[in-house]
Amino acid sequence: MTPAFADVEVGYELPAQSFPITRADLVRYCGASGDFNIIHWNERVATSVGLPNVIAHGMFTMAEAVRVVTDWLGDPGALLDYGCRFTRPVVVPDDDNGATLTVSAKITEKRDDNTVVITISASCDDSTVLGKAQAVVRLP
Amino acid sequence: MALNQEFVGRSFPPSPVYQVGREKIREFATAIGDSNPVFHDLAAATALGYADIIAPPTFAILVSLKAVTSVAHDPDLGLDYSRVVHGDQRFVYARPICAGDELVVTATIESARTVAGNDMLSARADVATTAGEHVVTTYSTIVARAAEEAGS
Repeated sequence: MTPAFADVEVGYELPAQSFPITRADLVRYCGASGDFNIIHWNERVATSVGLPNVIAHGMFTMAEAVRVVTDWLGDPGALLDYGCRFTRPVVVPDDDNGATLTVSAKITEKRDDNTVVITISASCDDSTVLGKAQAVVRLP
Repeated sequence: MALNQEFVGRSFPPSPVYQVGREKIREFATAIGDSNPVFHDLAAATALGYADIIAPPTFAILVSLKAVTSVAHDPDLGLDYSRVVHGDQRFVYARPICAGDELVVTATIESARTVAGNDMLSARADVATTAGEHVVTTYSTIVARAAEEAGS
């Protein structure tokens, strides 16, 4: 059930979530997305181009982060606009735990047309990984 | 290396048709760990008024990125693709992508600049059905990182 426009105010916080990201997740995302860039699955190559280790696809991180919004909405079709900058890579070590992406979100603007702006914060190891992450959604 | 400014404003011929399959949507949703039933279950999607299961928001990148990267690989542009990372990404939706959609992408280069030695290419991709219905527009910036100093 999508929350009603009248029931939310600026500052309203959506339920936060954490997403574990393992090497297996990256391999699965390579296959599903068709993005087989070698830095997302090969540590030897990733470190040779100056990265600390294998990193997650920016688009994978972006896909996880917006789940905080779509899970809250119920109907993902209420999402009108979603964008972010990829400011820092999510480094995924080769172990059973991988990395953990922590995502919170809150309403930062209410507009006249029953839409709200949601600002999303995504971090890994206490470092922000997405910049200017924002979603615009229409509420009933 | 400076990017070829003649590319700015250029639109490219529409892509081949992308046929959105139910199983591809389910595979993608599973890969991102998203169990929202509207991405998997026909009854759940039709209960919300959709004709078929819908795709997660970032699925649009599967449709649009091929059009953008084919431009980025054009040797006349001057982008070193071996050093490319994703700079930013935005989606503006008219409606969710739905299984059964037949989509065509038209890519346009919006800017090509060099900032602190990094080549930055911004492209827009308009995604529409073969019938001409606008579905989503994607805005992508890819960055070819400046070659690093030895030892850095």
